[in-house]
Amino acid sequence: MSTSLIFLIVLIVGLAAYFAGRARATASSNGKLSVLHSLPGYHGVYVAIWAVLPAAAVLALWLLVSPFFVESAVRNSLPEDVRNQGGATTELMLGQVMQVASGLKLLNAEELGAVTSGSSSLRDALAAKGVPMANAGEAYMVTSAQKYNTMQDASRWMMSAVVLIIAIAGAVFAVRGINAPFRARNRVERVMLGALLLASSIAILTTVGIVGSMLSEAIRFFQSVSPSTFFFGTVWDPRFSAAGSGGTEGQFGLLPLLAGTLYIAFVAMLFAVPVGLFAAIYMAEYAKPAVRGIAKPLLEILAGIPTIVYGFFALVTVGPFLRDMSAQLNGLVTGNYVNFIQAQSVLTAGLVMGIMLIPFVSSLSDDIITQVPRSLRDGSLGLGATRSETIKRVILPAALPGIVGALLLTASRAVGETMIVVLAAGVAARMQLNPFEAMTTVTVKIVNQLTGDLEFNSPQTLVAFALGITLFAITLCLNIYALYIVRKYREQYE
Amino acid sequence: MNMMSEAAVEKALDQKMNTVPFKMIGKDVSVYYGEKRALFDVNLNVRENTVTALIGPSGCGKSTFLRTLNRMNDTIDSCRVTGKITLDDGDIYDPSIDVVELRARVGMVFQKPNPFPKSIYENVTYGPKIHGLARTKAELDQIVESSLQKAGLWNEVKDRLHESGTGLSGGQQQRLCIARAVAVSPEVILMDEPCSALDPIATAKVEELIHELRTNFTIVIVTHSMQQAARVSQRTAMFHLGNLVEENDTDKMFTNPDDQRTQDYIMGRFG
Repeated sequence: MSTSLIFLIVLIVGLAAYFAGRARATASSNGKLSVLHSLPGYHGVYVAIWAVLPAAAVLALWLLVSPFFVESAVRNSLPEDVRNQGGATTELMLGQVMQVASGLKLLNAEELGAVTSGSSSLRDALAAKGVPMANAGEAYMVTSAQKYNTMQDASRWMMSAVVLIIAIAGAVFAVRGINAPFRARNRVERVMLGALLLASSIAILTTVGIVGSMLSEAIRFFQSVSPSTFFFGTVWDPRFSAAGSGGTEGQFGLLPLLAGTLYIAFVAMLFAVPVGLFAAIYMAEYAKPAVRGIAKPLLEILAGIPTIVYGFFALVTVGPFLRDMSAQLNGLVTGNYVNFIQAQSVLTAGLVMGIMLIPFVSSLSDDIITQVPRSLRDGSLGLGATRSETIKRVILPAALPGIVGALLLTASRAVGETMIVVLAAGVAARMQLNPFEAMTTVTVKIVNQLTGDLEFNSPQTLVAFALGITLFAITLCLNIYALYIVRKYREQYE
Repeated sequence: MNMMSEAAVEKALDQKMNTVPFKMIGKDVSVYYGEKRALFDVNLNVRENTVTALIGPSGCGKSTFLRTLNRMNDTIDSCRVTGKITLDDGDIYDPSIDVVELRARVGMVFQKPNPFPKSIYENVTYGPKIHGLARTKAELDQIVESSLQKAGLWNEVKDRLHESGTGLSGGQQQRLCIARAVAVSPEVILMDEPCSALDPIATAKVEELIHELRTNFTIVIVTHSMQQAARVSQRTAMFHLGNLVEENDTDKMFTNPDDQRTQDYIMGRFG
């Protein structure tokens, strides 16, 4: 029985359990629903939960655990000499056995007989069914594969039986427990709480898992390159690792990348903050409801554009435009038509990233500005201040902490942004201050180090994880600080 | 005999009141919020250096009328005002009138104390700075002191002028808002239920303050409290369903109103 079929049957049992629970609850009320502690529907759901939840849990556990048992049994069935070859080779053979096992299922009895007796080649027989094999295969493989198949089938039958028994047992147990004063409603509430808790803990645990995996790889990197040369090195020159050599001759200085990241983020913020803030002020204070109803969603569409599209825009339109414009300007002033802005430059990347950030700044600031109580506006207007005086002297100061928080959140996006800088910033890792030249960022280098054929034991590749965890730490700090400020601000008006 | 003399005194007061000139004149004032009409041809005049109380059940249009007097209704998009309102014979809805200047002459105190999240000092200097009423720091200091004194707050806050205005108690905050309005030296001060968010002691202080302010300013106050209207005002206007029901001397209004509806409202039969 396939897993999905089992699950479907469990669900059907659950549905039946629901109606059984309802019916029993209704029956035990003797026609007066008000004597029930909970409505019949709650009793039904309670029974259904008992039918489905334990069975589903056992099903999931079985699916997770049984492959290990089967595999270890098959591994033990491999001949002594194969097992003694150790690590990678045994795993390879095991893989091949599984391949054979899936192939054997496709053969009919006659072909199977031919293969087991050795009269036809295993490789040819399987190839005819569309299962390719790397080599001719050994005789023991067929036996092991057959063992694997039998165990697999047995496990499956056992699983089906156990799961179904548990589902029915759960339903019966729950139905028997139902009577009028039974607090089914509260029990269902507890299950709901558990489900919500589970969902949020999955999100948190995933974060922990990501950090853990990055950290372990980064630690491997720091075993071959010392943290001080990484964090304080001024030269980024990782070289290439020759296959298998794991050479460490490269220089892994973080500073040029960090400088580029912060510089580009700074240029982006320089562009996005005034524009976004003014847009927010217009939306919150001046725009009529009709205008606001159209303009605000339009602005927020900008936030929905995939960043790779912004990258194209930078690469194809903005970069060449800036380059040509600088050539024209230079020509007009000096007579020498040479561009002084590179097509890939800090300015190009910063400008386009700034455009991407405008909706974040404006949307967050707009929310914060509209949160400033109307009474403050009235108070200022009532004293004879104009709208812009009111905004400048009362609303912005009152909203400032919140706006700063919003800007920090935006900055952490700018620091972590990848696709725009990959396409528009360039790959030259250098430390300089000219915004018209190319610089590179942490994210660009992560992409660079992780593209192509990789082996995950050289510092050239592992450095990506060290870069990643550094970036993660920076954005995490920015976010925490931003949330701290926003929360502090929120307390003022409540 | 005694009764007679009291009535005579009252009459003399009435006549005196009738000679006080009008500061603001409202003629056929109607207000619309979109399609909905909130005020119906109200004719109400405000006398100089007098406290005029606007009373009436909730939604009767008294706050709406108050807000037409310094055009605070302009801040509501759907709001439209017709009729004529004059301040010292100048039409305040005339296109040539600068709203900002009007609001400097007709100040406002709101229902809920709304000090700016700035220091007490900055709260008071906010208006004078905007309107350029002081050229030097000394002049500003002078304005702050006199305004806070007029608002009866000076002795309580003189040692902590640079602490936040939002840290004061509710009653102090409201008096700070009054000081803030006074600092601009307006001619008229509008008060929209200024005591509704205050406790009885703070209310008593603000009422006392309103009494004193009357010597320098013309005051229009919206209130839900009959007692308050009786205590602080010389003239009272009763609104009902967007209409002005009756406008009279406060004493007469609360003892012998002309209109049955006023009588009913004051006796608590509706509202």
